Parts: sequence; C-alpha cells; structure tokens
Amino acid sequence: MSKQSKHIIIGGAAGQGLVTVGQLLCKALVRAGYEVLVTQHYMSRVRGGHNTFNIRTGAQPVTGPADACDILVALNQETVTLHKEEMAGKGFVILDTALNAEGLPALKVPFDKLAPKAIFQNVAALGVLCSVLGVDKEYAEELLRESFGKKGEDVVQQNRQVLDDACAWAQEQQALCDVLPAVPRREPRMLINGNEAIAFGALAAGVKFCSFYPMTPATTVAQNLILHGRKLGVIVEQVEDEIAALNMALGASYAGAPTLVPTSGGGFALMTEAVSLAGVMEQPVVIVVAQRPGPATGLPTRTEQADLNLVLYSGHGEFPRAIFAPCTLEDCFHLTHKAFDITEKYQSPVFVLTDQDLSDRLMGVPPFDLSSLPPVAGPDLTDDNAAGYKRYAFTENGLSPRRIPGYGRSLVLADCHEHTEDGHITEDMGIRTAMNDKRFAKELGILSEVVPPRRFGAEQPDRILLCWGSTEGAARETADILNAQGQKVAVLSFPQVWPLKPDQFLPFLASAKEVVAVEGNKLGQFARLLRQETGFVVHRTVLRYDGRPFTPDFILAKLSE
Amino acid sequence: MIDISVYGDYKTSWCPGCGNHDVLAALKQALAEMDLAPHQVAHVSGIGQAAKAPHYITINGFNGLHGRGLPPAQAIKLVNPELTVIAESGDGCNYGEGGNHFLAAIRRNVDMTLLAHDNQVYGLTKGQASPTTAEGQITKSQPDGVTNAPFNPIAVAVAMRANFVARAFSGNKPHLIKMIQAAIRHPGFAMVDIFSPCVSFNKVNTFGWYKQRCYELDANYDPTDWNAAMEKANEFGDRIPIGVIWKTDRKPLNERFAVCKHGPLGRQPVDLKALDAIMHSYI
Ligand SMILES: Cc1ncc(C[n+]2csc(CCOP(=O)(O)OP(=O)(O)O)c2C)c(N)n1
Ligand code: SF4
Repeated sequence: MSKQSKHIIIGGAAGQGLVTVGQLLCKALVRAGYEVLVTQHYMSRVRGGHNTFNIRTGAQPVTGPADACDILVALNQETVTLHKEEMAGKGFVILDTALNAEGLPALKVPFDKLAPKAIFQNVAALGVLCSVLGVDKEYAEELLRESFGKKGEDVVQQNRQVLDDACAWAQEQQALCDVLPAVPRREPRMLINGNEAIAFGALAAGVKFCSFYPMTPATTVAQNLILHGRKLGVIVEQVEDEIAALNMALGASYAGAPTLVPTSGGGFALMTEAVSLAGVMEQPVVIVVAQRPGPATGLPTRTEQADLNLVLYSGHGEFPRAIFAPCTLEDCFHLTHKAFDITEKYQSPVFVLTDQDLSDRLMGVPPFDLSSLPPVAGPDLTDDNAAGYKRYAFTENGLSPRRIPGYGRSLVLADCHEHTEDGHITEDMGIRTAMNDKRFAKELGILSEVVPPRRFGAEQPDRILLCWGSTEGAARETADILNAQGQKVAVLSFPQVWPLKPDQFLPFLASAKEVVAVEGNKLGQFARLLRQETGFVVHRTVLRYDGRPFTPDFILAKLSE
Repeated sequence: MIDISVYGDYKTSWCPGCGNHDVLAALKQALAEMDLAPHQVAHVSGIGQAAKAPHYITINGFNGLHGRGLPPAQAIKLVNPELTVIAESGDGCNYGEGGNHFLAAIRRNVDMTLLAHDNQVYGLTKGQASPTTAEGQITKSQPDGVTNAPFNPIAVAVAMRANFVARAFSGNKPHLIKMIQAAIRHPGFAMVDIFSPCVSFNKVNTFGWYKQRCYELDANYDPTDWNAAMEKANEFGDRIPIGVIWKTDRKPLNERFAVCKHGPLGRQPVDLKALDAIMHSYI
C-alpha cells in the first residue's frame, strides 16, 4: 500500500510557516480525495531550530510514518543538509533559488519573484506543491477564499494571484514528474489530529469539566475543549499545578460532571496521589496521558511509549483501573468515548494513553458518526430512600449506586480513608477487607468489556509483530512489505493494555514461530507485562527510544539485524 | 431555622477540650440559622484532626487528601453552583501542604468558604511545627526551636485582596458563628482563620493564651480599607483582632462562566447536533 504513496517533508526553522504550508496542502489533498498522514517533528522552542512537517499522501490508505522522502521542501539550508540521506537516491528538493541543493535533484523556485512580499511565500509554496503533485488548483483557491475571505476581496485576490503565478511557473518547469494517481471524488473528510479526535470523543461522551496544567503534547486536548466547550457547555480551567488539576477533577466528578484531565508523564507523576484518591473514592475520571520521552523533562516535544508502567502502577495501594491505548485517530475518538462509559460504570479511574506521534498525527477522516455511538453510563439520578442511601453499599458486582450531592435529599459522603458503606472512616478489619474486595469485584466487569487486540496480515503467521498504541501503523506496513515478499507475518495490536484477557490472544501468539514485540521504549514494558500476566515470553524485541516514531524502515532494519 | 439535630451528633476522635469541638458546633449552628439543609451543602476537607469534620456532621462530604481540600471544593461549586461549598481543614493542611492551592483559590475567587482551624501546630501527626507556629517555639521535631518565619494567612490573603478575610476564635462561639455566616453569605472566596487550640501538643498557644489576646474589632472598623486591613492583619502579639479584617467584591469565577447560570453542569444535556456541526467545520 505504501508503494503509491508520496512522502513530502517540509522542513525549516520554527516560525518560518512550515506548518501553515503543510496544513493548507493537506487540506487541499484531503478535499481532492487523497489520503494523508502527517507526522510532526518539532523542537522545544518557539523560533529557530529545525522542525519538519511530514506528509505521506496517496490514493491508498497510509497507516504510519515513513523515512524515505520523495519531495523535500527546504525552507532553509539546514533542511537540505539534514535530510539529504532520506532522499534515498530518488525524489527531489524544492527550495529557493538562493539556497544550495547540495547535489540533489532540485526545483529551484524564485520565491522573491513569485511572492511580492514575504508573507505570500506560503501561498507560493502551496501553488508549486499543488502543481508538482497534480492537485487541482481549485482546492487551493477554495482554501484561500476560506482563510482570507474575512480580510476582504482584495486580500483574497492578491493571494490568488500568487497562487496562479506559482502554479504557472511550476508548470513551465515541467516538474510534474511526481503527480499523484487520480482518485474518485470521496465523501467529505475532516483534517484533524489525534488530540482533536480525543477532544471530540470526550465531547461526544458529554464531558463537562476539564482541569489542566499545560504540558506538551497533551495541552491541545484541553485547548480543543476550550475552543468548543463554550458552545457545548464545558468548563475548562487552567489550574496552579497538576496536583490541583486531578484533585479538582475529582471534585467536579463528585458534583456530577463527566470529567477529563489531559497531561503528559511529568505532569502525571504529580497526579499519582490523586489517582489513588480516585481509586478509593470510586470517583469516575478520564485521564489522558500523552507520552513523551523521559526521565524528567526528557525530550519535551518528541515521542515515546515509556510511561505504560507509570500509568499501570500509578497511585499507592491497590485498586482497579482500565488503560486504553489508541492506535489510530478513530481509536482516539471511540476509545475516549468508551473511557467515559467505563469510568462511570465501574467508578474507577480510566486512562487514555497516547503519545506525541499520535497526538500530532494529522489525517483525513470522515466525521465521526455520533448517531451510532453506544450510550454512556451515568450516575444514579434517583433519590429513592434518601435516608438509607449509602455511597459505598456492598453489592455482588462491587458497583454501589453513585448519587450526586444536591440532586435530591440523598447525602453523599466520599472519603479517602478506608470507609464504611456510608463513607465514614473505619479501621475495622472486616470492613476493610470487604471494601477492598468490593472495589476489586469491579475488575470483573471491566474485564468483561475489554477491547480485544486486533490482528492484521497473515492468517497463520510464522511471525507476529506485537504492538500497542501508535506503533500499530508502522507495524502493519512492515507486515505488508514482508508479506509481499512472500513471508507470513501478522500484527497483533493492543488498543487496550489493561486489564488483559489472555484468552483473547494467547492461542494466537502461541501459534507463531516468532513473536516480536515492537515498542517505543527501552525495556519492552508491554512484553514484560504480558510475561508477568500470562507467562508468555516474546522471542525478540524491536525497541525505539530515540524520540522518533516507528517507521517500517526502522522495523525492517532491526528485524534483519 | 432548621432543627440543629438534622446535622447529626457523632462521637468524635478529638481530645476532650480540643477547639475543634467548638468549631463543629458553631458550624452546625451557623447552618441551622441560615436554613441550609444538609443536602444543600457540600463540605470538603483534607487530612488532619480538623479535616475529620465531614465525618462528624450530616451534610454532603468530600474528605480528600492532605492539603488538597481547596481544588475539589472549587470544582464542586463550579459544577453545581446551587450547592453551598465549605472547605474545612487545619493550618498545616491549608497553608503548608496546600499552600499553592490556597494562593490559587484566592486568585480564582470561586464562591465558597474556607474554615481553617489554626492551632499553630500539627495535631494529627503529634505536635510538629506547622506553618503558623511562632519562630523559636520548641516542639518535638524542632527541639532547638522553630527556625522558619511564621506564615501569616490573614496578611497574605489581605495582600492578595481575597474577597473576604476574617479571623475568629473557637472560644468565642457567638462571634465565630457570625463570622462563618458572613463568610458563607459573602460572594467569592471567603476565609475564616479560626484559632482552635490543640490542648495536647501546643503548650504555648493555649485556650488562655488566645482568650487573653483576642479582641473583637469594633463597629467603627472599616473592612474595605485595605491599608487598615493590612495593619490589622499584622497585629499579632499581645493583642490579636478577631472579626472581618478585609472584604471586597470581585466577581466570583462561577458567575463568569455562562454555563453556570443554567444550574448544575451534570444536568445539562449534551448537544450532539452542535458537536456534529463543529466536526463538519474541519472538512
Ligand atoms: C501527603 C500526606 N503527607 C503527610 C500526611 C500526614 N499528615 C496527616 S495530618 C498532618 C498534619 C495535619 O496538621 P494540620 O493541618 O495543622 O491539622 P490538625 O491535625 O492540627 O488539625 C500530616 C502531616 C498525610 N496524611 N498525607
Ligand atoms: S491532638 Fe490537638 S488538634 Fe488533635 S484532637 Fe487533640 S487537641 Fe485537637
């Protein structure tokens, strides 16, 4: 599937507008009916440095990032120097006449002539790219109208002129060597990233409260809730620290609001005390942990999958939890939605564990179908027998009706200590044991709703690539490449990493000659978890922890070592 | 007036003679006189002796973590503006472990009340210095005397122009009741720092010590005069003023959120049509 896809890298310093060009191009591509998948690499600085916006596009679906580059758009010299290797003997660089192509095949664009002012360079670059790729100019024109319409017809006209000139210039160069295959017109698709999909999933589930402390790459989840929360009645509060964020969220949850807290590893480390509080209080809350490399501040804007253990074991004491690990944008939406249902139903903290790669991954996806979503559980809104109401009543399945203070005469006492059925502190041994068992009884329910791992590739594989979360895409493409070479490779991918239900996957794993864990960390955390839970030992690992996302090339190279 | 018995009568684990008993009684009396039924109030606390209060009163309760009473309390009010929200805890909890939240709560200004039991010591953990213990005071953990300068919660709150700042003493119950009620009535973040003697671990700031020093501000005192308030906030020695030290009327946060006008957030419907329109704007 990757054969027909093109990989365009737009590179330059932060602040040079590469994201603007990239996003406009992606939108034009998506509207024209192409698939896109964007991986963003950026440095922890607002100006300067070296950033890239990597677009894979084609007529066929693309599942993950790639290395080899077909078109390098270099906004500065450094981009040429740094990415020469990735051109892999084919492809060419698009750059300003003033820059040096360093021996690569090049399309030198006289940006100073095409763009009367520097601010028009983005549009000129868009025009050149559309021509080169064979994307109908009408899509770009439409985008300019949408972007600049508010500024008046004059501005739109000026931009159109630049676009026309750039397209005409590019055509004269006969640089149409890289045109994409034609695609049929398709249903409209949104151009969104993982964090936007998570925010939509939360909004669809009825999120009403979000408290957060900014931390890349999770911040944009809150940012999107702020953007749309006004219309949808969501309170989003930026608070003093992550400790406050989760404690506040638990207060909001207690008061009846479906609640989400987004953070990254460093912020989550601070929250762990309150994770434990959610556990003992049985207070629903959805926590989105967008991973980036640690320890500590690590590589603040890069990607990694090394916080599985942190999330799995966060919080002192023992209590049940669920951890979803979205693999795709659709997962970001649907699993976040499901997370709200599970946390509400089982009154335990539920995690959505993503990473920078997926957070920033832009793709064209159809609008999510809101009418077909399953219902989301909610609190007990009855007020029957208010005098006899007990927040932590013992029940067979461990689920005590959760009522909301102020919604009736029932009084709700939520407590951080070990407590009696009515929420009062107790040190009674018998109650302690029974209450702990009650909390863990809920795990059976959580288990009954586990999202099973997904299989791709060969039916009866010799080799299985085992992965979780954002790695699925690269693993799938790797399997496709190997299968096209006549091997029998499958992918087993986990969109939920806790709790595990061995009967869902163990027989399949045991059927292959070789199981390779592909994970974005140094320890093979998921492989270790699997071993601990099932006794199954993977045969090999392919691990990446240089801050970059998995690509098929990386996996293939490691497999052939 | 509500019959005070609705708030229950519990056996506590507090020492006989502890100031906390009087604060609890005053709170019940204040609520009863204000006709606040148990289901209309949410009581939030952290950890410590004072923080056990939600277990000794029949109202909605959220007994959270040490130092972390204020964040959930504020969220509860934002999510359900119909509730009267009261956070109650010790000086260690509110000004030590929760110091950052205390400062943020003043700035955020959610309509709620903080009752801080200020016994100038850690009670539950058996007598270590708290942020309000006097410099030089000898404790089990500070055998050579406390070396840190004491935190002055009133001065900090006045300096930050908190919406309502009062001081009270558990030994003057009628006055304390008045202060609790004034704080609850005042919109925005209202705090009452309450001297509540720890008879077991603080041998300096005893009932008699407070009784001798605390005097009620008279009717001529103007709590909207910031300079005067700063002066009163710093009066701490042989004479200590109790009463409303400072008040102002910055608009509470919950009144700034449009959604809060439509009642409890959790009761508001989910507008999937609007969400669908939003998603389509990404096409
Ligand atoms: C995170 C955390 N750290 C420490 C403790 C132990 N601890 C319990 S109460 C307390 C101090 C309480 O002092 P204060 O808030 O002044 O309340 P008092 O007991 O005097 O009423 C401490 C340190 C704890 N429970 N949690
Ligand atoms: S130890 Fe002090 S604060 Fe705690 S109950 Fe006894 S007297 Fe009160």
